[in-house]
Amino acid sequence: MNTAVQLSRRRFLAASGHLTVGFSLTATLNGLATAASTTPDGRLAVDSWLEISGGNDTLVTIYAGKVELGTGVRTALTQIVAEELSVTFQQVAYVQGDTDRTPGSQGYTAGSKTIQNEGPSLRMAAATAFQGLLGLAAAQFGVAASQLRAKHGRIGVGEHQRGSKTYGQLVGGLTYQMTSSTAVPLKPTSEYLIVGKSVKRVDLPGRFTAKTGFLSEFKLPGMLHARVVRPAGRNAAFVGFDAASLASVQSIPGVVQVVRQGHFVAVVATDEYAAMVGARTLRVNWSAGAAMIPQSMLRTALQDPANVYASGNEINTGNVDAALAASAATVSSSYFTPFQMHASLGPSCAVADVRIGEQRATVWSATQGPFPLRGALSVLLGLPETSVRVIYVEGSGCYGHNGADDVAAEAALVSKLVGKPIRLQWTRADEHGWEPLTPAMVHNMRGGVAGMSCMAWEHAVYSPSHNARPSLAGAGNLLPMQHQGRAPADAPNLGANSATRNAPVTYTFANNRLIRNFVKSFNLVPGTRKAALPLTWSLPRSSALRGLGGFSNSFANESFMDELAKKANADPLAFRLQHTGDARAAAVLQAAADRAGWGRALSAPRGFAAGRGIGFLRYETIEAYVATVVEVLVNKKTGAVQVTRVVVAHDCGMIINPDGLRSQIEGNVIQGVSRTLKEEVSYSGDRITSTAWEDKPGELGYSVLNFDEVPDIEIVLIDRPSEPSWGAGEAAIGCLPGAIGNAICNATGARVRSLPMTPAVVKAALPA
Amino acid sequence: MPRPTSLNIVLNGVPKSVPVADGSEPLLFVLRNKLDQVGPKVGCGAEQCGVCTVLVNGAAVRSCCAEVKSIPGGADVRTLDGLAENKHGKPKRLHALQRAFIEEQAAQCAFCSNGMIMSALAWLNGRAARGERDVPSDDEVKRFLSGKGPGAVSVTLCRCGAHLRIVRAIQRAAKDMRHGGFDRGRDDDESDDCYDDDRSGPFKGGR
Repeated sequence: MNTAVQLSRRRFLAASGHLTVGFSLTATLNGLATAASTTPDGRLAVDSWLEISGGNDTLVTIYAGKVELGTGVRTALTQIVAEELSVTFQQVAYVQGDTDRTPGSQGYTAGSKTIQNEGPSLRMAAATAFQGLLGLAAAQFGVAASQLRAKHGRIGVGEHQRGSKTYGQLVGGLTYQMTSSTAVPLKPTSEYLIVGKSVKRVDLPGRFTAKTGFLSEFKLPGMLHARVVRPAGRNAAFVGFDAASLASVQSIPGVVQVVRQGHFVAVVATDEYAAMVGARTLRVNWSAGAAMIPQSMLRTALQDPANVYASGNEINTGNVDAALAASAATVSSSYFTPFQMHASLGPSCAVADVRIGEQRATVWSATQGPFPLRGALSVLLGLPETSVRVIYVEGSGCYGHNGADDVAAEAALVSKLVGKPIRLQWTRADEHGWEPLTPAMVHNMRGGVAGMSCMAWEHAVYSPSHNARPSLAGAGNLLPMQHQGRAPADAPNLGANSATRNAPVTYTFANNRLIRNFVKSFNLVPGTRKAALPLTWSLPRSSALRGLGGFSNSFANESFMDELAKKANADPLAFRLQHTGDARAAAVLQAAADRAGWGRALSAPRGFAAGRGIGFLRYETIEAYVATVVEVLVNKKTGAVQVTRVVVAHDCGMIINPDGLRSQIEGNVIQGVSRTLKEEVSYSGDRITSTAWEDKPGELGYSVLNFDEVPDIEIVLIDRPSEPSWGAGEAAIGCLPGAIGNAICNATGARVRSLPMTPAVVKAALPA
Repeated sequence: MPRPTSLNIVLNGVPKSVPVADGSEPLLFVLRNKLDQVGPKVGCGAEQCGVCTVLVNGAAVRSCCAEVKSIPGGADVRTLDGLAENKHGKPKRLHALQRAFIEEQAAQCAFCSNGMIMSALAWLNGRAARGERDVPSDDEVKRFLSGKGPGAVSVTLCRCGAHLRIVRAIQRAAKDMRHGGFDRGRDDDESDDCYDDDRSGPFKGGR
């Protein structure tokens, strides 16, 4: 047995034994242990477990804080473990996101980080367990470990696995504890049978047969139902109940109670429909809240120094000013993107059972971060963190920080007030009207060219926060905390805002400046980043949505690359290749262009103009490479844009599950097209007005791409089995807006510098 | 004032009678909360997304907006929960649409799947009843799911971006259903059609 793998054994009183391997999911970077997280003998600090159960059969259980968000990570991680342990898929169970059962504080399932960070950690843990099993088998069979062979969860001697035993039989009734080791031998990737294959998602059959519900179908015995009655606006304050309506609500059969804490009001009933009718019937008098910055003023207001609370250079290489002055030609442009939302198809829901008398609370949530949410809930409920248990149950796809955390907190608050288990279901208007949005952004770009070269590049970003997740220290980020008069976490510090994600380009520009300007969303105590109380929002609340600032930053970067290419009379593909010093970047650009038929003429029906555009990015500048070529048809009369074809070339290192990866890329493309062409949150005064999918008289809806607007998608996967895997959950989406804008410009000559590119916006940009 | 009534339906082939305190209650909530149905989902309450879709007397109905009092007595109501067959105590045999959705991996989060499958079921059955036995084209499926064209109900939304897979799954199912009867799965048993997920506990019953 490898000396780095220590098998410690102790008698266990229970009937069945187990072999556990502790490992860390948080402290590794591409599987390499960081100094801080490693014990002196090279073992990792432990915050997660992999367990082989003793007994007749082979059963491997992963206790992981990372959760399945509908992206297929449970399947991909199971592939990794099954591969390394030579067991079948069915022999692996995945326990996710339960703060009592999955140890440690494992942060969020977000940022396309699960496969690249958790994958190698799990692989190492599984390999460690495998070495332990080999050691047990060698002792029990009386042979050298090198003579043993493992297959389908059995280990035996020689190629024919003579006398083979299941892993459960090898473990038997004893308990073994191991710690994952960085020195453990790993199965060579050349022997892989499961990783790299398009294994079907383990969770989908249960969905297609209605066998497994989501959190919205989760039921607790004796639970009551709650619906929230929302304030009239973001800054509105509770004044009083309309007495007559309160009386009629209380007379509805099934209504148990109307609860209020500060500006938080909810109707509780034994029956969901009674709670709905109650919430619809209740009239609350709210004060008129201060108006936010008008939507029509966003573009100028975001650049107003009075609204910027922190700024500075993030990159400043060479001498941009001198290079601009020396350039043969210069270009300056300003780009704008609006507030957009996650727009989860299922409105958020949660179930909470808070027993203050017993000093404990259990909350079932679709949060991306069970542990941080537990911290925030402990503050909300006034309980020690260890008295709160958060159990993850899958919800509708979230794409970031949607309403899942807020609804969990609201359910917990109502359960605390009523003393009963509560199921709280948001409505569509709750979700559209109150989820944390992605903020509007402005990008002021300057550049200079000489010949085919970009001489100078400057990008000034103006953005409110992309990060307002709740946590122990940031409990005030929960909506019901704010509705009780508590302050949200301070406006984020420079590094934590995420507004400049993918703002730095990976092109080789000698003179390059990135200026960040962080815009406040609520009034601050002068001279600080602290919220002034009473809390007054000047902009809608915003937090993390797929790609964070990167979606908008890449729109500006890739559009402006084409503007510079045009100034340099260069082909957009050639211009990018010319400024790329990285072979993998060049490979995706060339692959996308080749598949798309770059340079080949496009035809358009009468009345339409056809065009092709390219976009490139490297996710977070150091991870997956993505190049996208888009083809559009522009209706010359109406300005309506149809994206007809999208080609994506994608390199995220070693591919775990090709079909799962394609599925993620398709999702990125379709959401990217949707956000580029259609999506914009509307608000008036201090109230979000786009509270439904479709328009209604006098109010625009927030609509997303329909089936008949979805383009054909072609994906070129570049697999690099010898390279580490990078995430793909949100890498590709940032390519879309720039590539679409570039295609529209290629088709019509019109440069569209704001989202969404609605028919009216495009028509206004078209040459007369 | 709420008018008490009762909902008398045949749910997935089984007669059911449930007292309802208010005849204005949408069918969706009675199915979910009193009849333990897991398939139909709460989405928008306004017939704008399709996740609540069930079949009433063969027609796709957005159950979030269908008041109980509007449901005819004895109506045949089909939900995703009852789509697979369960014969002779054997594991379920999946409907052609369910098999096709698995085969094409036609979902990411799968919150939209109920709406997609149940809407497509009514649509494909309707096409067959009109004698249209060809596999629908990409454009026909896309138009239908966009709430346009013959047999369309209203928009059926997917937010994750599984659209192209969903279109392919519906076409695949249409092909299968052409050969094997329209409202039932194939008659041959295939072991890979059988799925079990032991996590169904908290989602069924428990009240």
